[in-house]
Amino acid sequence: MKNAVGLLGRKIGMTQVFDAEGAAIPVTVVQLGENIVTQKMTPEKNGYSAIQVGGFVVKEKKLNKPERGALTKHELPPLKPLKEYRVDDHSSYNVGEGLKADVLLQEGMLVDVQGRSIGKGFQGTVKRYHAGRGPMSHGSKFHRSMGSIGAGTTPGRVFKGVIMPGQMGNVTATVRHLKVVKVDADKRLVLIKGAIPGADDGLVTISPSKTKWNG
Amino acid sequence: MNQILKEVEAPFIKDNLPELNVGDTVKVFVKIREGGKERTQGYEGVIIKRGGSGINQTVTVRRVFQGIGIERVFLLHSPRVEKITVLRRGHVRRAKLYYLRTRTGKATRIKEKITAKKAPAQASAARQEA
Repeated sequence: MKNAVGLLGRKIGMTQVFDAEGAAIPVTVVQLGENIVTQKMTPEKNGYSAIQVGGFVVKEKKLNKPERGALTKHELPPLKPLKEYRVDDHSSYNVGEGLKADVLLQEGMLVDVQGRSIGKGFQGTVKRYHAGRGPMSHGSKFHRSMGSIGAGTTPGRVFKGVIMPGQMGNVTATVRHLKVVKVDADKRLVLIKGAIPGADDGLVTISPSKTKWNG
Repeated sequence: MNQILKEVEAPFIKDNLPELNVGDTVKVFVKIREGGKERTQGYEGVIIKRGGSGINQTVTVRRVFQGIGIERVFLLHSPRVEKITVLRRGHVRRAKLYYLRTRTGKATRIKEKITAKKAPAQASAARQEA
């Protein structure tokens, strides 16, 4: 599957703005990185067609020598992280040029936002899957533990997909079809309606949704 | 608060809001839309609660209308809130006046705040001289 070209940014936090009607809209503010094209992958050389984009300009010491070498070859600033997007035709992209936020994102269009969700650690079924719990008092000894995980001799095994305790959060999460409220290309800010995954200052990718409404 | 968030909010923040305190009697002028037409409606009552910060600042205004208590929450920086005028400053000893809900009639009266006029200006001037 081909990824739509996206933009890397950092989640700044949530606030609200007012629309023309005077209604308050909850928005998440994302500050986009520089998003500079660092390399073009071609079918002849790499076996597939894609563009590689560097998200943020960082200090030189943040990169190791091989990472720095690959960028200095094209006379690029130190960039991190690098991300590839599959595109059929990359003639419109040039190495060293930044992806333009106001071209890729327009006000009113729908976007998918991907980020790393806030880690909750090792959690039981009550918190992780909203499983029910037993009474906490009146002599009950069954508080928050798991219930049955299946029948006995038949089937003689535990079915796959039974909810159990484990790591909750800290996984890549995508929220789809969020509306772009405002794009400020000069300040590199995007205002997205609603909540997006991850903590403030977390890395997120914004890409146009594949819907009929986006044309 | 984050500097970038402040910048995003800045164009919406009103700078002409009066000083509003819990216990004050105020009149809030709200824009309402009726069948494509816009008009302003006044709502008078006592501030029983202040909430939020920044762009999300709110006041809860309570009034008793035809024997039924009404509490409306106004988003202070909303463009729909056209104007707020303070009719009376109240002297109260609580941050939230929830106790008014259980009271009716004379018991809901709030003492008027008596402040010396221009006292803060004189005090600051005296401090500068010294």
